[in-house]
Amino acid sequence: MDGPDRFVSFDRVSKRYGAAVWAVRDLDLTVAKGEFVTFLGPSGSGKTTSLMMLAGFEQPTGGEIRLDGRSLRDVPPYRRDIGMVFQNYALFPHMTVAENIAFPLTVRRQPRAEVEAAVRRALDLVRLGGMAERRPAQLSGGQQQRVALARALVFNPPLVLMDEPLGALDRQLREQMQIEIKHLHERLGLTLIYVTHDQGEALTMSDRVAVFRDGGLQQLAPPLELYERPASSFVAQFVGDSNQFAGRVVRVDDGLCLVELDGGWRVTAAAAGGIAAGARTTLSIRPERVIVSDAGDPPENAGPAVVEELIYHGDHVRAHLATPTGQALFAKVLSGTGHGWLRAGAPVRIGWQARDCRALDPLPDHAGQEQ
Amino acid sequence: MAAGTVRAPAGRSRFRLRLGAWLLILPLFLFAAGTFVIPIGLMLVRSVQDPDFAAAFPRTAVALAAWDGRDLPPDATARTFLAELQAARGGDRISPAATRLNADLAGFRSLLLRTARNARAVGEDGLGTLAAIDARWAEPGLWAAMRRAAGPLTDYFLLAAIDLQRTDDGSIAAMPETRAVFVDVFIRTLWIGFVVTAFCLVLGYPVAYLIANAPARWANLLLVVVLIPFWTSVLVRTTAWVVLLQRDGLVNGLLRWSGIVEQPLALIYNRTGVLVAMVHVLLPLMILPLYSVMKGIGPSPMRAAMSLGARPLEAFARVYLPQTRAGIAAGALLVYISAIGYYVTPELVGGGGDQMISYFIAFYTNRTLNWGLAAALSLILLLATGLLYLAYARIEVRPEAGK
Repeated sequence: MDGPDRFVSFDRVSKRYGAAVWAVRDLDLTVAKGEFVTFLGPSGSGKTTSLMMLAGFEQPTGGEIRLDGRSLRDVPPYRRDIGMVFQNYALFPHMTVAENIAFPLTVRRQPRAEVEAAVRRALDLVRLGGMAERRPAQLSGGQQQRVALARALVFNPPLVLMDEPLGALDRQLREQMQIEIKHLHERLGLTLIYVTHDQGEALTMSDRVAVFRDGGLQQLAPPLELYERPASSFVAQFVGDSNQFAGRVVRVDDGLCLVELDGGWRVTAAAAGGIAAGARTTLSIRPERVIVSDAGDPPENAGPAVVEELIYHGDHVRAHLATPTGQALFAKVLSGTGHGWLRAGAPVRIGWQARDCRALDPLPDHAGQEQ
Repeated sequence: MAAGTVRAPAGRSRFRLRLGAWLLILPLFLFAAGTFVIPIGLMLVRSVQDPDFAAAFPRTAVALAAWDGRDLPPDATARTFLAELQAARGGDRISPAATRLNADLAGFRSLLLRTARNARAVGEDGLGTLAAIDARWAEPGLWAAMRRAAGPLTDYFLLAAIDLQRTDDGSIAAMPETRAVFVDVFIRTLWIGFVVTAFCLVLGYPVAYLIANAPARWANLLLVVVLIPFWTSVLVRTTAWVVLLQRDGLVNGLLRWSGIVEQPLALIYNRTGVLVAMVHVLLPLMILPLYSVMKGIGPSPMRAAMSLGARPLEAFARVYLPQTRAGIAAGALLVYISAIGYYVTPELVGGGGDQMISYFIAFYTNRTLNWGLAAALSLILLLATGLLYLAYARIEVRPEAGK
């Protein structure tokens, strides 16, 4: 069963604190060699605990973590050969940049000349050639981040972990570093596990994203699938923007289902697994997939609505809409296309294609009877 | 000159701000000056002042200062001295002068007082008259000692504090072995301070680490356990050690009951007692700075080092320990400086051979009223402390020097 597809595997891994607090519960997950997988989730969802168990700083209460076919159960962190970048960089303030980067090589007692050459290569890799003799305190946040990266890569670890590495940087620098990390991953063929709570970061960087919630895995899928076909209403809500409506499934038919929204509006939607006739459901539709028109009906799921508010976002306009059946939703309309009719208070027709809308498990506030 | 008109109001308001700041610190400044700087300064000045002899024998002091110090002084000086001796008889100035002379030359006190009782005015041959009262007045050394005491400034106390003296011909030489005590005492003081600091570091470092890395609930409890003795009077803590360590105390009782020793160990009124009690009293001064530094480090540097392949011991030595250097330096400095000034603890639990320099400062201040010597010893202790602080400031400033 151990192949390149199962380079890292979590097998029913649990971590419990005390008698009843489960940080991670029955986690099953595999990462292939060379893959970039992001652990995404809100704080307390178990993503960092999972990473710490993989790095060896937390012991699983149950289950088995394997790296390249080898169980990590009794392997101390310093023998796992896993490069790690910490949230606050964890640079050693009393060492220079070069000494920091040389650290993993000097603890491995590599010859001095080799260490120096490797440090120089690592510095060039992260474009910090002239900074070797500085101390971490003399560097900017982005530069410190690069040193931490170089230090985690210099000993050619087969697996690199990053724990919210860009959290402390401003937006512009963060986007720049995202691209750099992605390029490093491609150039060096690294296997990389990246923890973040920023869904945009997860979507732009990863090969696959693992969405965590309450210590469990909600969905593990490539970004496109995660965004287009969320497996649960939590994922739909957490990844990207979405409109969510409560309703009841009337019938299911070949991947599509007819849903009666609370208030009586009947719409068709793509049915996620486990959707059965008669059950409560939450419908999820991305705001950019909501079609708004002034006269002609959209091809599917057409209905009336009133524009409540317009918010200008530069590249698009966000239209907050209300339907007579009580749904509140918003739509993203590309700006600059001359929608003179789109103004607050105007009656419009809305709709969406059935495949753009998914019927998912009901959110907690959607589970009850319609009012 | 538009710039000037713009700048002027800003300059004035800044001046007012600065004035306000000065006024705010004025009370503290006055308090510190009045209760600390001025009294200590006045006391230290005494280490180079020598007014006692000149106060009782002003004209003799002037005459002795003019004398070249060889052989015996001119007879006129002796006659002046006799006259002043007579005048001083029964006054309250002769006793301090006698004490001062006795400190230089043993037996001088009784000699001076007896001479004063028998002195009478003479027309000529003052030296002869004095020699008739006591033959020792014919010794040049006696007059040399009086000349050294003539003041108003002297290096006598400072030299004595490091076991040196002026010989009768004015050169500096070692104190005779029987009177040379202070260098040994200084070395002992510095050594005890060093041993106490080393013990505090070895015992305090793990405790500070434990507190800094324990869960908050335990950390607070442990911190209180450290702080309660810190808030307790030194006297109480030291006395508690007397109860524990004495011949029939708790520790000896336990050792004998468990059969480890048959005869009670001498744990107190010796160096062991001093070290045990001082380490206990000073331990919080080591733990608290270490704790505050360790609290700011957190677990991630150790984790980072281990993830990079360092075994725990190497990670500790190369990554954790160097980051606590500031705490070690601050703690060691606090403990060492406090230790070398210690007085109560060695006095209560130490033996005769364990008394530190402060004991002698107190002894000369309170018992023999030799304030000059007490001041000289204090000055040297203060200098040692100041040098230590400078060394500390140097090693502490260096890491940031590259900035």
